Amino acid sequence: MKPSPMQQPFRTAVLILVWGWLLFLVLAPNLLVVGASVMSRDPARFLSLPLNLDAYRQLLDPLYLEVFLHSLYMAVMTTLACLLVGYPFAWALSRVGKQRQVLLVFLLIVPFWTNSLVRTYALKLILATNGLLNNALLALGWIDEPMKLLYTEGAVIIGLVYLLLPFMILPLYSVFDDLREELLMASHDLGAGRWATFAHVIVPLTLPGVLAGVMLVLLPAMGLFFVPDILGGSRNLLVGNVIKNQFLDARNWPFGAAASILLTLAMAFLLFAHKLSKRRLGEEGGA
Amino acid sequence: MTQESDLSCQGLVRRFGAHTAVDHVSLDVPAGAFFSILGPSGCGKTTLLRLLAGFDRPDEGEIRIRGQRMNEVPPNRRPVNMVFQHLALFPTMTVGDNIAYGLKRQKVPAAERRRRVAEVLEQVGLPGLADRNPQELSGGQRQRVALARCLVLRPTLLLLDEPLGALDLKLREQMKVELKHLQKAFGTTFVYITHDQSEAMVMSDQVAVMRAGRFEQVASPEQLYREPATPFVAGFVGDNNRLSGELVGLDAGLADVRLPDGTRVRGRLAGEAPAKGAPVALFVRPEALVLAGEALRPDYATVRTEVRTTLFDGANSRVEVRHGDQTLYARLPQDGSAPRLTEGSTLYLAWDPALARVFALGEP
Repeated sequence: MKPSPMQQPFRTAVLILVWGWLLFLVLAPNLLVVGASVMSRDPARFLSLPLNLDAYRQLLDPLYLEVFLHSLYMAVMTTLACLLVGYPFAWALSRVGKQRQVLLVFLLIVPFWTNSLVRTYALKLILATNGLLNNALLALGWIDEPMKLLYTEGAVIIGLVYLLLPFMILPLYSVFDDLREELLMASHDLGAGRWATFAHVIVPLTLPGVLAGVMLVLLPAMGLFFVPDILGGSRNLLVGNVIKNQFLDARNWPFGAAASILLTLAMAFLLFAHKLSKRRLGEEGGA
Repeated sequence: MTQESDLSCQGLVRRFGAHTAVDHVSLDVPAGAFFSILGPSGCGKTTLLRLLAGFDRPDEGEIRIRGQRMNEVPPNRRPVNMVFQHLALFPTMTVGDNIAYGLKRQKVPAAERRRRVAEVLEQVGLPGLADRNPQELSGGQRQRVALARCLVLRPTLLLLDEPLGALDLKLREQMKVELKHLQKAFGTTFVYITHDQSEAMVMSDQVAVMRAGRFEQVASPEQLYREPATPFVAGFVGDNNRLSGELVGLDAGLADVRLPDGTRVRGRLAGEAPAKGAPVALFVRPEALVLAGEALRPDYATVRTEVRTTLFDGANSRVEVRHGDQTLYARLPQDGSAPRLTEGSTLYLAWDPALARVFALGEP
């Protein structure tokens, strides 16, 4: 549709705003990070010249490699847990009445009204040795002595799942909502049982939602540094903690920058995979 | 119940709360027939189709396919396949994979699968399209893929749920003829549901006219057209004019009807003879009406009407006239024989009483 002359100034204004935003608040900071990652460390001014790739070489240091791998492991476990809970949840959500759907989606979003840092502290109160969960289980007589929940890898994963689950459910809900009943009936009619219909029709059709959910959970799960800070103790670090420590404590900006670029590249890779899966699916034609 | 019938239903009932969607429907479809269920939306035809496919279970009655009771058999184990209203092609699969889907579920080996997919694509006139995505095909091509996906399984019965509804008019006309040819070529028994009487008439061997959960009449298209059993069928199948009046006499199956203005007309009586003076409706088709001018034929029934407007539509051109407060349509022949009609002028319409049907009113 051709814009009318009246719309033209508005259109230009919006475009300038969007491009301005992208240039100054997305592209420029990222370029600064790339720049910082190839400079040298300087205790006084944070960064200094000779350009080099030392920071990237340091990423391969076994010590950090281990932190990265452990962080990746926790993020993957978080993503799997979110998927395991979120997939059936989104499916069920898309099958209840429309009014109840609105209510449930609303309840899913309500926690965002409270700062995630505050909610993580609340989780700490629940998981602590003398916390709600242990006391409840003791009172019920299910355990004899408090379990050590806080400051474990499990606590970090629980915290991450708690914070990130809605980001898995919402894209999944969107693909399940678009899933037409007729396709499932057609599969059934053509001789498929429940399992075959799930594997050959439902999974491929919901894959874009799964990938979108994975994208929204996996990478943030490696970056949410305050979760290990509050729940994880010193051993269960995320890449986010490494980046934060390099900038704020170790004052090694090039290394922190290189680590954050690693995360950005991982994100770009996932976006690419997501796009690829969408293209294969194509836009559904017809009615 | 004969042995050759592919589908036989006895007293099917399906209720939803207080509403009876399918109300004691019995039907028999012989092998190789094209059977249509025709009815307005909400008449229960979709519910009936779901019962046949196995997506729903009847509250009463029995469904037999080639003599086998099917009531408890789930859809994936019935020798029945369905072409859905929106076709329901899997968008994540190619045309070939869509068609092979049912064969894979039956564990047909890959080599035979490929051969049968290629064969059925050839039969529906889409050779070599196996590697396309359904989204790349035209509406008519997608129809044929949906058909091929079912026919490749060689079902005893193919159910079709108004699959032509989404097509534009021209393509729909084309697909009607093509569906009929394909049905003959494959020899599969088709059960087709539609609200479009023209679809049902053109394609079917037998048509069941359904209304409020019941079959009003099951007959060949020609019989439905010529011998409608109820006023509903007369009004629903094909165009028809309806004149209300009262019965004044009966003579060898011909009913004399007095219209409100006193005009006497005649038509063949359908069903039991009502008492004299009973309210009746006379149905006469636009194509049975003759533009009589002044020269009236003695054995024909004639009404005096006033021209309202002419509706030019090529071979389907009609004239709209009023008789008292009743509106009639008559076909206008396009061979130059029709007089020039001006609004408000008087026009005599006549018809052969054998072509008109008179129904006693009072029953729904």
